[in-house]
Amino acid sequence: MDAIITEGLTKYYGKNRGIRQVDLTVRQGDFFGFIGPNGAGKSTLIRTLMGLVRPTAGRARILGLDAARDRERFLARVGYLPSEVSFYPGMRVRDILKLSADLRRRDCAGARDRLCQRLRLDPSRRAEELSLGNRKKTAIVCALQHEPELLILDEPTAGLDPLMQRAFFDLLRERNRQGATVFLSSHVLSEIQHNCTRAAMIRDGQIIADGTVAELAGTGVKRVSVRGTVDCGALAGVRDLHRTPEGADFLYSGDISALLRALSAGDLRDVTVTEPDLEEVFLQDYQRGGGGL
Amino acid sequence: MTVLKHELRQGRTALFTWTAAIGSLLMLCVFIFPETRGDVDEMGRLFASMGRFTAAFGMDRLDLGTLTGYYCVECGTILGLGGAFFASLAGISALAKEEGDRTAEFLLTHPIARGLVAAEKLAAVLIQLAAMDLAVLALALASMKWIGQPIPWREVLLLHGANGLLQAELAGICFGISAFLRRSSAGIGVGLAAVLYLMNLVSNMTDRARFLKLITPFGYCEGADIVADGRLSAGPVVLGMALACAAVAAACLRYGRKDIL
Repeated sequence: MDAIITEGLTKYYGKNRGIRQVDLTVRQGDFFGFIGPNGAGKSTLIRTLMGLVRPTAGRARILGLDAARDRERFLARVGYLPSEVSFYPGMRVRDILKLSADLRRRDCAGARDRLCQRLRLDPSRRAEELSLGNRKKTAIVCALQHEPELLILDEPTAGLDPLMQRAFFDLLRERNRQGATVFLSSHVLSEIQHNCTRAAMIRDGQIIADGTVAELAGTGVKRVSVRGTVDCGALAGVRDLHRTPEGADFLYSGDISALLRALSAGDLRDVTVTEPDLEEVFLQDYQRGGGGL
Repeated sequence: MTVLKHELRQGRTALFTWTAAIGSLLMLCVFIFPETRGDVDEMGRLFASMGRFTAAFGMDRLDLGTLTGYYCVECGTILGLGGAFFASLAGISALAKEEGDRTAEFLLTHPIARGLVAAEKLAAVLIQLAAMDLAVLALALASMKWIGQPIPWREVLLLHGANGLLQAELAGICFGISAFLRRSSAGIGVGLAAVLYLMNLVSNMTDRARFLKLITPFGYCEGADIVADGRLSAGPVVLGMALACAAVAAACLRYGRKDIL
């Protein structure tokens, strides 16, 4: 059974595009990254999955349940972390966590205490006194304390300091090893590359690529750096070309034999060909505004 | 019942404040009744010179020299307006406040049906109104006992009961409006209560505006009518409750399908 399946999921806010024809599959046990810049549609997709907004067209199944018809049943098995966290004023952290557990009709006291200790969250603090980081930690405990099968996390690390980000990803990896599926959105590509096994990229409301992180990072694009002179003019598939007094540096997605012929015709002192990281591929694709990777 | 308990906890400061404000003003009014009784003749002449404004407040049909007449005019206004404002504010903020404060995302991503959320929020509003009404009634009765006056039970209970129904109607209508708002708008709730109150004053001033009594819930709370008839006017009450029920049904339908942005 897949954890998340969307088929032609579309959401328009009036005439404004949210997401268009999103087909996505997240398998059970995946640590899935969802990448896209601000306004691409990441939060709209997540809010549609969580039943906060109704899709204009298409459908979604979560943990084998219809997201529209069986909302309460799947939400009982999902932990959700919103990108912007707000709580009721006047409540203490422990009251917020208890309220969340009560709404699930679960006694999560043991898990709650362990998570608070691990994230160094003081449960006696009042909601309005919390910093952005502590609000986020409170929301993380809300999302994790009932030990859900699926975690849906929207920009989860915004507001967390680097040490806490590491502790948070340690927690997620542990949960993932125990069988939980993790679906997280981010525009921090290194976060996705270092932690996720699979990922999808969204642009202008549409999925432009999905697969394993290794596949996405190595979509045939190479970063080529040369010291010396080489004629790239005749090469098809060169982009992001930077010429320096010592040589040139570019991304190459064309025929490797043609690249080698061009390099051997040049006057080179050194050459390196490397796999670009996910961030480089992603940024290039966005800057190009092309149709895919 | 988690949402209900949570709502009651969140609303306890407002409940205490409104109960204390209305209750203390009612008590103050009752306590000064023995003092004002001596000035009845002078007050009568003063009110007679106010023309239609005397009728607006029902003072042309009530004897301010009796506790019943005095209570219906003076305390009826405090109870009516105060209760209406509290009911409107509680109703208008019930659903929309969650969106304005961005807590709806927290609440509605838990495994609880939106219909149940709406029902428990409405129940919380009605429980708070009932709690306020009972406390205010107890304070009013205690203060009447304190000044040593015989309590006009039937009139007092009918007046308080009518105001309870008025609050339920206003809360229901505002609850309905709340489902269509993206943030709590106290102005809409208070404004609606004030307009309905003014409609009743106008309907008392001229026969041509008498039909307004059917529209405004303040119509069936009119102390002069309650004292004269010894009962509430069933037609406007039924109409008002039907309107409130329709507003609540619309709220539940809308809230169930609403996009939480």
